[in-house]
Amino acid sequence: MIVSAQYLYWLAGALLLAGAAMILRDAAHPRRLWSALFWADLGVLFIAGDRIPPAVAGLQVLLLTAIAACGGLRHGSARRLSQSVREAAAVRLGPKLLIPALTIPAITLIGSLAFDKTKIGSLFVLDPANSTLAALGVGCVVALGIACWLTRDSVTQAVRQSRELTDVIGWTLVLPQMLAMLGAMFQHTGVGHAIASLAEHYAAVDVRWIAVVIYCIGMAIFSVIMGGGFASFPLMAGGVGVPALIGTFHGDPAVVAALGMFSAYTGVLVTPMAAHFNLIPAALLELPDRYGVIKAQAPTAMIVLVVNMFLLYYLM
Amino acid sequence: MSTAVDFWPLIGVAVVALGFACRFNPMLVVTVGAIATGIAAKMPLQDLLAQLGTGFVKARNLPLITLLPLPVIGLLERHGLREYAQRVIVRIRAATAGRLLVLYLFVRELTAALGLVSLGGHAQMVRPLIAPMAEGLAQERHGPIGDARYRLRAFAASADNIGLFFGEDVFVAFGVVLFMQNFLHGAGIEVSAVRLAAAGIPTAVCVFAIHGFRLYRLDNWLACELDKNAATAAEPASELGEQSP
Repeated sequence: MIVSAQYLYWLAGALLLAGAAMILRDAAHPRRLWSALFWADLGVLFIAGDRIPPAVAGLQVLLLTAIAACGGLRHGSARRLSQSVREAAAVRLGPKLLIPALTIPAITLIGSLAFDKTKIGSLFVLDPANSTLAALGVGCVVALGIACWLTRDSVTQAVRQSRELTDVIGWTLVLPQMLAMLGAMFQHTGVGHAIASLAEHYAAVDVRWIAVVIYCIGMAIFSVIMGGGFASFPLMAGGVGVPALIGTFHGDPAVVAALGMFSAYTGVLVTPMAAHFNLIPAALLELPDRYGVIKAQAPTAMIVLVVNMFLLYYLM
Repeated sequence: MSTAVDFWPLIGVAVVALGFACRFNPMLVVTVGAIATGIAAKMPLQDLLAQLGTGFVKARNLPLITLLPLPVIGLLERHGLREYAQRVIVRIRAATAGRLLVLYLFVRELTAALGLVSLGGHAQMVRPLIAPMAEGLAQERHGPIGDARYRLRAFAASADNIGLFFGEDVFVAFGVVLFMQNFLHGAGIEVSAVRLAAAGIPTAVCVFAIHGFRLYRLDNWLACELDKNAATAAEPASELGEQSP
């Protein structure tokens, strides 16, 4: 294939290593050595992750955790152009500033829809297993080219800006990956089976509305624990949905499944385990409260869960 | 695995829940939870480390969606993208922060329902465009908005998440619907993807009504909050990107 996911890992790794080098040379950085070590360690995991012995990679993950947990990441002061210079640039460049910003979603969309399985000769244009991700990578590189050309600024400057943003996001950037690692560990040790057998044995599901309530709340709670609907759906659908709601009460399987998944999503909206959706934006938007996004979503999640139970009870 | 279910690894779930509840550093909570799970399952140290390493390396695709757009977004912000977004939006006279977010929720949910899930995202849309626009509109109407800006930003992020989650479930060819279809197939139940997607529509509509209403109410909340503080001149909170010392 022409654009493989592997290249994107190399690109991301190079970006992280360049950031680490910039931190190392920044004498004013409050945690120069530890921050540089953190980003360099992560960069190496990106570039060579599949060639490092797994146990060594495991030790590297422990190093990341140790640096993050001991407060080794503080962001330095950002060196940015003053407000008036930015205002002037906004006037001068005007709508052109939107072109690179919208190039990323546009190319991602076109790439993943139109070039999904396209071949040139015998080669796939985009990695067939990761076509959306590969398209996103192409979109970002093209957008960077356009942005540099429009603003007459350099790629080095772009990397410097990116370093400042990753500095602000900090360890939250790798949290989704850490949670995926935890999920793999849960799966490896059979945590899912243990929870499912608990649900099957102790859930009293012989009354229709109680079964509906247990199914929906169980979906939400397991999503809070596992951090995603995909992990909790098989547990509750297998434990309560199929045997009780579909088997005993003859519910419509399509309604039971779809509303079960939506109940799981209400759990996803309120859990820090879904870092990608809840903690990363809080860091990216520089909220003082790490759980600010969760707090904004919680009332909606509660109401939707209740509405969902009524819909399931009457529609199934 | 043997036929008897091993309940010891559930200790890991308890560790994680307790750690988050006590607000320890999430990185530490997750790592300790993973190690506790491994120890409870009697994994040898070498295997445990290898499992951590493999799990982490296999999930390398996850940070890419945040990481790769950063150079472009950073460069554009340096050259005034947020300022431009704010200038443009305040020219629309009917626009308010609440209405803008309702519109974004609508567009995000609808495009996700059509399978266009990549037309959004926190790094590509919310930080550079949606959040500054909402803040700009609130400032235009109410003057300095102080800490209220953080609530606006959090709601901008919530509109992105909620639109995505409850829209994508209605799209026939998306992973979620196929995932449910596969699961039911495994349980011996055949359901068409179209019926699964259609079954999600009532909830998707309710979600838009509920969250849309809460976003719409933000304008009232801003008016109340800021008029209350109007007498005591609030200290301006830090601009996005300008770190407070």
